[in-house]
Amino acid sequence: MKRRAFIKGTVVAGLASGAVSLTPSAFAEWAKENFEAKDLDSALEGIKAKNAEQSDKVKIKAPEIAENGMVVPITVTSEIEGTTKISVVISENPTPLVAVYTFGEGAVPAVKNRVKMGKSSDVIAIVNAGDKIYTNKVTVKVTKGGCGG
Amino acid sequence: MGTIKLKTKFKKGVVNIKALINHPMETGLRKDKKTGEKVPAHFIQEVTVEANGKMVLEAAWNSSVSKKPYLSFAYKGKSGDKVKLSWKDNKGETDETESTVK
Repeated sequence: MKRRAFIKGTVVAGLASGAVSLTPSAFAEWAKENFEAKDLDSALEGIKAKNAEQSDKVKIKAPEIAENGMVVPITVTSEIEGTTKISVVISENPTPLVAVYTFGEGAVPAVKNRVKMGKSSDVIAIVNAGDKIYTNKVTVKVTKGGCGG
Repeated sequence: MGTIKLKTKFKKGVVNIKALINHPMETGLRKDKKTGEKVPAHFIQEVTVEANGKMVLEAAWNSSVSKKPYLSFAYKGKSGDKVKLSWKDNKGETDETESTVK
């Protein structure tokens, strides 16, 4: 079984590196630098969202007050045609970039997930559509933080 | 391993996907209350969802996604589609599961 998993892994890695020749690993999308960025500015810069256009067509559903920062449900919906990506950024987290979702053909550009929030913070959504980048944000008040101890 | 609960349902032209993954999603910042030592980071970095072999969603996650991660989205599909979800974490562990859309 182990051998089979290994062979399969190798084949997948081979295919992936063929498709995106600049990135060495099979799971190429995990952009280490962006996810490890420790402040909002560099996190936004990493995903090229510093000059994103504010848009009400980027909808964020999040609680106004989160009693438990360990589990904050967040839904982001894009009403912008040609949306290919949605990213979620929490401004005050130790590493602000939380998630990047890339949509394939036929996918509805909306995603629901649950995130940790260290303290009250802006929840920022970034949408990539064509070569344009849009953004919107809401504020969530956290009464009990979800990062660290 | 069986870490993934995957629900797929066809309704009004789209297939709704809901997934719950059993994973600790350790940030690396949390301290063990008994030993006082930091618990090493252990979190899912990549989730891929395919429908009939074609990618419909790729998620790249940070450790700030909640433990026992939940994910829900939809794609334009039909009953009978084969949906496969797989994940990989920062230690190289993986799991996957498949569901036929009702």
